[in-house]
Amino acid sequence: MKRGPRIVTEQQQLLTFTRRAMVLGGAQFAMGTVLAGRMAWLSVAENERYKLMAEDNRVQLILIPPRRGWLIDRQGKPMAINRTDFRVDIIPDQLQDEERVLAELGRLLALPEEEMQRIRDDLKDAAGFRPVPVAEKIDYERFAAVSVRQSELPGVAPARGYTRYYPAGAAVGHLIGYVGVASAKDYEKNKDPLLITPGFKIGKEGLEKTMEPVLRGKPGAKRSEVTARGKIVRDLDTRSDEPGGTLRLSVDAGLQAYAARRIGTNSGSVVVMDCHTGDLLCMASMPSYDPNSFSDGIGHSEYAMLRANDHLPLLNKTLQGLYPPGSTVKPAVALALLRAGITPEQSVVCTGRYRLGNRYFHCHKRGGHGHVDMRRAIHQSCDVYFYHYSQQIGIDAIATMMRNLGLGAEFPLPVASQRYGTVPDTAWKQRRFKTAWATYDTVNATIGQGYMLSNPLQLAVMSARIASGRMLMPRLLARSPLKAGEPLDIDPEHLEFIRSAMSDVVNGPGTAGRSRLPLADVQMAGKTGTAQVRNITAAERARGGKFGGEGVPWKYRDHALFIGFAPVENPRYAAAVVIEHGIGGSAVAAPIARDVLTYLYDPAKALATLDKMEEGWGGNIETRMAREAAEWGNRDKPAPASAEAAAPPATTASAPAANAAAPAGRAAASAGNAAAAGNEPLETD
Amino acid sequence: MRDPLVPAPLATLPWKLIFTVLAIGGFGLIVLYSAAGGSLKPWALSQGIRFGAFLFGAILLSRVREEQIKAAAFPIYGIILLALVAVEIFGFVGGGSQRWLDLGFIRIQPSEMMKPAIVLVMARFYDLLPSGEIRRFSAIWPAAVLIGLPFLLVLVQPDLGTATMILLGGVVVTFLAGLPLRLYIGAGALFLAALPVIFFSLHDYQRNRVLIFLDPEMDPLGKGYHISQSKIAIGSGGIFGKGFLNGTQSHLDYLPEGHTDFVFATMAEEWGFVGGLFIIAAFLLVVNWAIRVSLRARSRFGRLAAAGLSMTIFFYVAINLSMVMGLAPVVGIPLPLVSFGGSAVMTVMICLGLLMAIDRAEKAGR
Repeated sequence: MKRGPRIVTEQQQLLTFTRRAMVLGGAQFAMGTVLAGRMAWLSVAENERYKLMAEDNRVQLILIPPRRGWLIDRQGKPMAINRTDFRVDIIPDQLQDEERVLAELGRLLALPEEEMQRIRDDLKDAAGFRPVPVAEKIDYERFAAVSVRQSELPGVAPARGYTRYYPAGAAVGHLIGYVGVASAKDYEKNKDPLLITPGFKIGKEGLEKTMEPVLRGKPGAKRSEVTARGKIVRDLDTRSDEPGGTLRLSVDAGLQAYAARRIGTNSGSVVVMDCHTGDLLCMASMPSYDPNSFSDGIGHSEYAMLRANDHLPLLNKTLQGLYPPGSTVKPAVALALLRAGITPEQSVVCTGRYRLGNRYFHCHKRGGHGHVDMRRAIHQSCDVYFYHYSQQIGIDAIATMMRNLGLGAEFPLPVASQRYGTVPDTAWKQRRFKTAWATYDTVNATIGQGYMLSNPLQLAVMSARIASGRMLMPRLLARSPLKAGEPLDIDPEHLEFIRSAMSDVVNGPGTAGRSRLPLADVQMAGKTGTAQVRNITAAERARGGKFGGEGVPWKYRDHALFIGFAPVENPRYAAAVVIEHGIGGSAVAAPIARDVLTYLYDPAKALATLDKMEEGWGGNIETRMAREAAEWGNRDKPAPASAEAAAPPATTASAPAANAAAPAGRAAASAGNAAAAGNEPLETD
Repeated sequence: MRDPLVPAPLATLPWKLIFTVLAIGGFGLIVLYSAAGGSLKPWALSQGIRFGAFLFGAILLSRVREEQIKAAAFPIYGIILLALVAVEIFGFVGGGSQRWLDLGFIRIQPSEMMKPAIVLVMARFYDLLPSGEIRRFSAIWPAAVLIGLPFLLVLVQPDLGTATMILLGGVVVTFLAGLPLRLYIGAGALFLAALPVIFFSLHDYQRNRVLIFLDPEMDPLGKGYHISQSKIAIGSGGIFGKGFLNGTQSHLDYLPEGHTDFVFATMAEEWGFVGGLFIIAAFLLVVNWAIRVSLRARSRFGRLAAAGLSMTIFFYVAINLSMVMGLAPVVGIPLPLVSFGGSAVMTVMICLGLLMAIDRAEKAGR
């Protein structure tokens, strides 16, 4: 081939053109085929997928929050219900002339500036068709005022909603809990759009929280056809919501309210159990918060007030309050003694103190009880008797019996949290402190002090198990399987003897003689307890008098406890009462148990007693809480001492103080310090 | 074999082509009627008038003799080139680029007119070039200048779609004229190698379009929105479509530009695969008719011009359909005869008018 361009003739050029034009014509066909193929792929092969996507575009789902299931008591009385209320939302896409509409709304609903700012912020990052709440729980007049102007307020949607209502208010606060708007964290977890639907609330505390799956229900949905700009063209269909299930509790609403009221101005808890079924008839913990105000979204000030209160109204004391059980463990210790072969007739002489090595442990009765057998030791609550015999059988036998009766146990209940305390024994101490168990530890434990800690529910279970002789388990929901409970692995004769001794506490010569039931045919048996929350120094003991009584600041006063059951023969109800820093088990706790159990047999009589008391306390729970709130609102001077009690060393969760008592005593003893010899727990009942 | 009842000018018209074009245009008007929510306004009516007027113009243009067209090729090219320069200087900025020239009574888009003009001028150039010169450099550099000037002027407007079409239209004629094949293979290889450089010299919005074409799901609510929604509209139509006036993507405004660049998606949603096949087949008939005109044409100018114009119409359709079906980046090229808007109809009608004139010249000479 020669170099340089080839000479092309016209004929060759025509041939080239024809060839190339035909190639291009072919290319046109090929491209046409590719395009047709592509189209077939999109509209035939992938049709389903794109159809769905088009449907997704076209149809917007607006969720209708489900009505929350009711909570009812064992008789069907409502404990948590829904009340219709009125609310106003804004549909961002339909909103025109935002500033004017917001100003008008602010005027009509009397919204504060901070609320207006919140609405503006919400609108800024709102997603089109999803409503932004403007105001909830507004009264009918305001609702009507907005409704009649709806045509001038494009995008504003007045609607009916529901608020949770707890008829018993604060009395059921800790038991039932409350509902509230889902937090951002809740939403992050599963991105359920229901959680951010205006007006939807989830359970935040108590049964409302733990039973959320039952109570929530299924949301309804309104399907609407919307344009790309979010304008609703028409509503397609509406699926109504499925309300949540009604949850029947084992609780007796009347008893719960009564117990809460009866606690009065004290800080404490009352638990009542059915001895046949284990049903929890009441779990009152006071003071409490009003779940109604939480469910509306509690204000900062109100919350600050609750936090500042040294009676800890935010803590459910029936489950989370841990207390040294004091003398209420003595029936259990006595059962351990009987099992170990110590007969009821064996006795000791109580001189008011008990010598262990070079230390003296004191009985609550100065001067002593004299000659004491088991029955007398229980109804007189003689400490020295128990100091003496517990040394013979050892802590492990006692701890086994206590656990058998429910102390230290965590029960399978639908509650947010339980603190189950401590039943100490040799292995526990080795594990916890890496030191061996000492005899004075047994002395402390045997009178429910030292390392011993229980919550009020455990005390009630212990009482119910002693009363029934069965392995009862507490039950909070009426639908939970009914278990009568296996008989306890305890000689029924021993139980019979202990019950009779406990009856003597109330109906005989015992410590709670003032708390006999005011009923002709029903008697209550029980055991008082007074648990000390701090050490008593030798110097204080030398001065004499009460060490945890009226004269000392509230937080150093003794806890008052009582466990009991009724009737004495064939027991039906068991109860535990713990009053924080209430000073005397017999003076404060036992009368509360008396009145609460009386309510079960004769409500009218019990209420009459209570009404008189409430006059003395300055009204019922509601009035007292309202007054407190008003005072809190008016405080212009610095808050009283309550603020410093934000982290109380020895209030409800008495663990630190109670634990401190024993190690302090031990340290003193091992040092052989005679001056500290009196530095041990004291039992006053 | 002439029917004595029909006047000669009418009888010589390529009626099959005209009916095909009428079918495409008529179908387009139905789609525009639906896109407006079942209304003649604002699009279908005015587009119908425009379509009729330009079709009439095309038929008038078909009466012009091929010799006259040939003679006018360079002057027309020159005038349009001057107009492109004028656009740069006095132009009207719309939609992010400077494309329009406002003459007071009418706004014209010279870059549109350049699409047929470049074909004509290239055809004329190779017509003038002696056949012996075709393998020499003198066959290349004037062509490069003729194509390069309008290409660059349109590119800086910036209007990548139109510039590309001008380039392709011109290059296709050089290919048909018989330049050595290795030039095209070499240029293709060079283009591939230069792609990264080109990519980074694009305007931001152009680069985004390319990126989104490569991965539309990258930003389905933002830049990829057009392609995503277009594919949803086409895909959801199925075989027979959702039915006339029943498209949701277009009527609820999910599909952007549903009456202009993305009119094919509007159509496909309501008429389905069948409607799409109709459009594709009809356009294939048109461009194939034009290729056949070029094969029959007896003058070199006629051959080159006819095949080039066929390819110009083809590029229009192919680029638009590739774009709406997600095979090409969004370049802003309408579907001729169907999309709302005057420029594309005018350009395609000019192409058709020229083709009919060449066709007539061939028939007259037979």
